Amino acid sequence: MVLIKAQKITKDYQTEDVVVHALQDVDFEIEPASFVSFVGPSGSGKTTILNLIGCLDKPSAGNLRIADTDVIGLERKESAAFRGKHLGFIFQDFNLIPVLTVYENIEYPLIMVQNIAPQERKERISRLLAAVDMTDQGQKYPHQISGGQKQRVAIARALVTNPALVLADEPTANLDSQTAYAVIGLMKKMRDDFGTTFIFSTHDTKIVGEAEVIFRLEDGRLTAKETKEGTKP
Amino acid sequence: MRNLFKIAVRNLIRYKRRTLLTASLITIGVVFVLVFVSITGSFKAMIIGQVTDSMLGHLQIHRKGYVAAIDNLPLNLNMKTNAYAKIATVLSATPAVEAFSPRLKFGGMFSNFVETTNIRLNGVYPDQEFPTVPLLASRIAEGKKTLGRGEIMIPTLLAKGLKVKLGDTVVIVATNVDGSVNGKQFIVSGILESATGPGGRDGYIHIEDAAEVLRMPEAEVSEVAVRLKDFSRLSAAVKQLEGKVAGEVNKEGRPMLEVHSWEQLSPFFNIARMIDVMTFFIKIMLIAIVLISIMNVMIMAVYERIREIGTIAAIGTLPGKIRSMFIIEGFCLGVVGAIIGDLIGIAVVIIINLIGIRFDFGQQQGLLLKATLQPLDVLTVSIIVIVVAVAASLQPAVKASKMEPIEALRHV
Repeated sequence: MVLIKAQKITKDYQTEDVVVHALQDVDFEIEPASFVSFVGPSGSGKTTILNLIGCLDKPSAGNLRIADTDVIGLERKESAAFRGKHLGFIFQDFNLIPVLTVYENIEYPLIMVQNIAPQERKERISRLLAAVDMTDQGQKYPHQISGGQKQRVAIARALVTNPALVLADEPTANLDSQTAYAVIGLMKKMRDDFGTTFIFSTHDTKIVGEAEVIFRLEDGRLTAKETKEGTKP
Repeated sequence: MRNLFKIAVRNLIRYKRRTLLTASLITIGVVFVLVFVSITGSFKAMIIGQVTDSMLGHLQIHRKGYVAAIDNLPLNLNMKTNAYAKIATVLSATPAVEAFSPRLKFGGMFSNFVETTNIRLNGVYPDQEFPTVPLLASRIAEGKKTLGRGEIMIPTLLAKGLKVKLGDTVVIVATNVDGSVNGKQFIVSGILESATGPGGRDGYIHIEDAAEVLRMPEAEVSEVAVRLKDFSRLSAAVKQLEGKVAGEVNKEGRPMLEVHSWEQLSPFFNIARMIDVMTFFIKIMLIAIVLISIMNVMIMAVYERIREIGTIAAIGTLPGKIRSMFIIEGFCLGVVGAIIGDLIGIAVVIIINLIGIRFDFGQQQGLLLKATLQPLDVLTVSIIVIVVAVAASLQPAVKASKMEPIEALRHV
């Protein structure tokens, strides 16, 4: 069974004078409950590929299917609905909503995106707050917690809708190495506990080692796929 | 929806100073409009009351052509007794009519046996005139508040000019419809304060005395002043009476009678219309204030929160909800500004009444302004503010909802 299937994905950006080939003929498949990393130097196409998988952008050519859906053909509203149902996002800068508490930030997608009943909301948030070890921080606002804690809240928010896939673009870039390892460890634990596929991009070679499937990118081309056999649950 | 309001309110609180400034601007606008509407509205209602209740009545019925020639007080355009009788029957049978008064108007000479001057006179039945123009009694500065046969009430300026006092004997000389002159002695029974408007400097005598001066076998009628039970239904009453008197035609089959509301008879109506136009423009200014201030704030809010918009769009918030979030912010600003403005506006009106502002209007001096604020005015101004606030938020809100999440997330 395949969660994501990408065939001959190409993404070009037209600047004033030249066409920039951000991705060229990229093929890959990702299975459910994988812990995947796209790695490569700056400008290699990591963020572009995450944006395409996240239905935030569309390829110039190629096919992309996620959870048996041809996401390239989705309209704007359909894309938003697809993201709300199947995807979770973790951002480099955490991107929590500053006027909402930790609890409310995690609750946000359940109310504004999925319209989940209050009792179920409460249960899911309590479970995730406990899972990311933030139970006693629920009433704090984002500016009252540390960077590592913010990223844990972001992980909880990404998982609260029970998505099939969580995308994290450089999730540890703004964290010190100890916190970065803790966050990656937490993501892996969440994958183990909830069976969610995690895909993250990084240029940190130490963090890359934590991934079970590694796609190496260079100048917009997929140059290698490495797997750690036996580490998948 | 509750959550959209929660986020909107918290975002407004997040930028306290800006929210406070914008809400203050709206509040000042609302207060200004309410106080203006209250004062001008009260001034207008008061002056209309003065004009209609002390002289004109709410409407008048004349023989066709009389109003066009009213400055000459033409005796040949009076209604004969049988024509008036028909009008009286119609008016008595009209439920909207509270009272009516027939008047025989003419111009004549007024003499105190030493000096002579001209005067305009109303011959009236006192028992009909006083109920039709109830403020007439309050204009009687000196003398009894009624009028008998052989008595005359004269305007104060005339009394002062000719040094005439209560109880003095005076002579009225007038030319009748045939051109012959007649005179009659009267006792001064009342001195009237002048009033601004048509008839504000007229004298009053009994209608039968007027008929005697003019050598009419039976008192003819120049005009019938009518008072309505409900002044707000003036237009409907005019139409109704026009329909009822339309059957009165002359030998050529043309209508004999005309119905005129006070608006067609008094120049103050133009002032009243100017007040309405000024009020309209003040409301336009309020709309401009709200529109510009809220649009400015919402454009800033969208610009400052582009990454947040990108985040919520990325995690699946539909464009409609993003749009609603910003519209609700504008709505909340409008509501807060309107409510505070309403409260302060009402307080200012109360203070104005406590202070007691007096003003002069033409011949009338020391009129006390009773500022009143109609609930409908407060509601209208509030609704205007809130609707404009929402309208001003639309463009920034639509812009926010149309942002591509990927571009919004890249925004620094």
